[in-house]
Amino acid sequence: MITGDQLQLRVAAIRDISPTLRLVRFENAGDGPLPPSATGAHLQVVLQGAQKEIRNAYSLISKPGSRDAYEIIVRRVPESRGGSAYIHEQLKTGDLLTTSWPGNLFAPQRSARKHIMVAGGIGITPFLSYVADFAGKGIDYELHLCCREEEKDSFAPWLPEPDKVFVHWDADGHRLDIPALLLRQPANSHLYVCGPDFLTNDVLEAAETGGWPDNHVHCERFGNALSGGEAFRAVLQRSGKEIEVGEHESLLEAIEREGVEVPCLCRGGACGVCLTSVLDGEPEHRDHYLGKAERAGGKHIMPCVSRAKSGLLVLDL
Amino acid sequence: MTILFKPDETYRGDYTYRNSDAAILRFPFPFPEDSYMYSVNIEPHVRGGFTPVYNNPIDVDEHYIAECRDRAITLERDPGRYAALPHMMTAQWDSIELLMECLSSDYPELFSLHKDGDRWTWINRPLGIEQSFTFGKEDTLPCEPFEYITRQIQGDFAILDQRNGSLYLDAGMVTAQADWSLQFDVGMDFMEWHGPVPLAHQAGVFERALKYLLMLRQGQPMRRLNWTMTVNPRLDTSPETYPEWGPDRTTLTLDNIGRKLHLRVELQTLWRLPRSNAILFPLRGYLASLDELVRVPKWGRRLHRVLSTLPRELAEYKGLVRFLPTALEYLSTYDDGAPTTSGCAAEISSL
Repeated sequence: MITGDQLQLRVAAIRDISPTLRLVRFENAGDGPLPPSATGAHLQVVLQGAQKEIRNAYSLISKPGSRDAYEIIVRRVPESRGGSAYIHEQLKTGDLLTTSWPGNLFAPQRSARKHIMVAGGIGITPFLSYVADFAGKGIDYELHLCCREEEKDSFAPWLPEPDKVFVHWDADGHRLDIPALLLRQPANSHLYVCGPDFLTNDVLEAAETGGWPDNHVHCERFGNALSGGEAFRAVLQRSGKEIEVGEHESLLEAIEREGVEVPCLCRGGACGVCLTSVLDGEPEHRDHYLGKAERAGGKHIMPCVSRAKSGLLVLDL
Repeated sequence: MTILFKPDETYRGDYTYRNSDAAILRFPFPFPEDSYMYSVNIEPHVRGGFTPVYNNPIDVDEHYIAECRDRAITLERDPGRYAALPHMMTAQWDSIELLMECLSSDYPELFSLHKDGDRWTWINRPLGIEQSFTFGKEDTLPCEPFEYITRQIQGDFAILDQRNGSLYLDAGMVTAQADWSLQFDVGMDFMEWHGPVPLAHQAGVFERALKYLLMLRQGQPMRRLNWTMTVNPRLDTSPETYPEWGPDRTTLTLDNIGRKLHLRVELQTLWRLPRSNAILFPLRGYLASLDELVRVPKWGRRLHRVLSTLPRELAEYKGLVRFLPTALEYLSTYDDGAPTTSGCAAEISSL
């Protein structure tokens, strides 16, 4: 398997590793080995919920390069958007699922002298592939996990070098002192954080206060896909069509679905070929092509990535 | 599909390199319009398109054996044409896996890859190679993994490391370049190595291209065509050997330019690598002489029009100024002024 964007996977095993943590192992339902998994990579999984299709991204915890299976760990959350509840209540061994290819917005920086990872609870999952990658290669790292005391040993099976892992919880003598941690690191350390917003913000703030260069500080950014967002409507004026742009498709895909042709090339907001005139409505620009003035003017849109702020766009198509 | 290799043709000395009729028809002619300017001409590298060159992600053609031999000669003379910085070893293994899988699945009659866990055996029939090695263990190959596989594939290769919001040219196998030096550029970032290109910076081309490439996804490679012109079918037009080929530009006359002047098209593809998160950047060159190109009437007309309207800065950057008038005089014979259709396709099926 060399190119593609979707995978068909079969649930090969489900195992609860704690009352709230479930491990799911996927194998290829198609032919041949899977595309190699990557350090810090995630998989977008499509789940058929009762009301609607759910697309959630989960970090791959498999050893980087794995091609026989992918593994994820999903926490059961009370305020689930649907994905967590579905995986904990409905998903069964043998189920077939559609997923993306592995994507990576959180790769380690190979030139770092040392890697400092700070995880909040389930935010440890991307770092499980980091430590699987680093272990035994003499790479210098520290992993700090902030979690509830009763969960402090849940991830031990995935941590091959326990002397480089430090677990913190909310009790005197066990809390993580972030500024102190950052202060004692050597030059050219890279800092990575994945967890709830309050932890991420604390870490980013401490790094800024501590004078860390921006490009040495990294946080996981799920939900930052190129396309997708709230649904909206678009009127294609010249074609006399009104279309619905779904949450999980781009404006360009919706236009193409209606059989209206738009010249396009890169489909990623860079080349400028799909530039389309906006007759009414306010675009939400996500491209790299339009300049500041053009964005502010609101007269053009790159439908391959950009969407609507206004709920309705009227396009010269 | 059987490829009839031309193992004895040469890219130096007596320059016996020629294209068969089939090779001319599949040439990736790079001009979709009658004029040319830089743009972010990146598109998904999917199978199929106006040229059969796009039928497989890595293209092997009739020049395969001769081109690999020419690379070996260049490396023998100057081993510095291959370089990889120490942190690129993971990306080297990513590359060998991707390239061996591409070749063995698309050309099973030429290449085989057998895997027994990490114990791999690679067979390259055209070059007569059989090699067993352990994936991930450098000392089981005769040279570094990236050098090993790129000695067996046409075109130059680079690996771009992604960090600091940019891409760094941290590994390369470069023996067929259009006058740039790996030794000079290795370790540079995207903006640095594109520094000398005229006009495109002002148009914001590189900022947009870089942002786009940083988001490149595994499994969804991209491609673009670039071009220049080369006197004689020579692969090694590097700064290091300029004294050997630079003076050739002064030898062109109206009588010999059709035979000696070649359009050099570079099919650049970009692949996100999995473990390393680096980008593999093959730069595959195709050479066709003016005599060969004008056998396709649309291409003869269009090349004349593109070259006659080329911005002066581009002609200077690409090193065309000295012979451009002679080339235009030659090509004018093949431009009857008839309109051309947009797109690059030859629009004929035999010559």
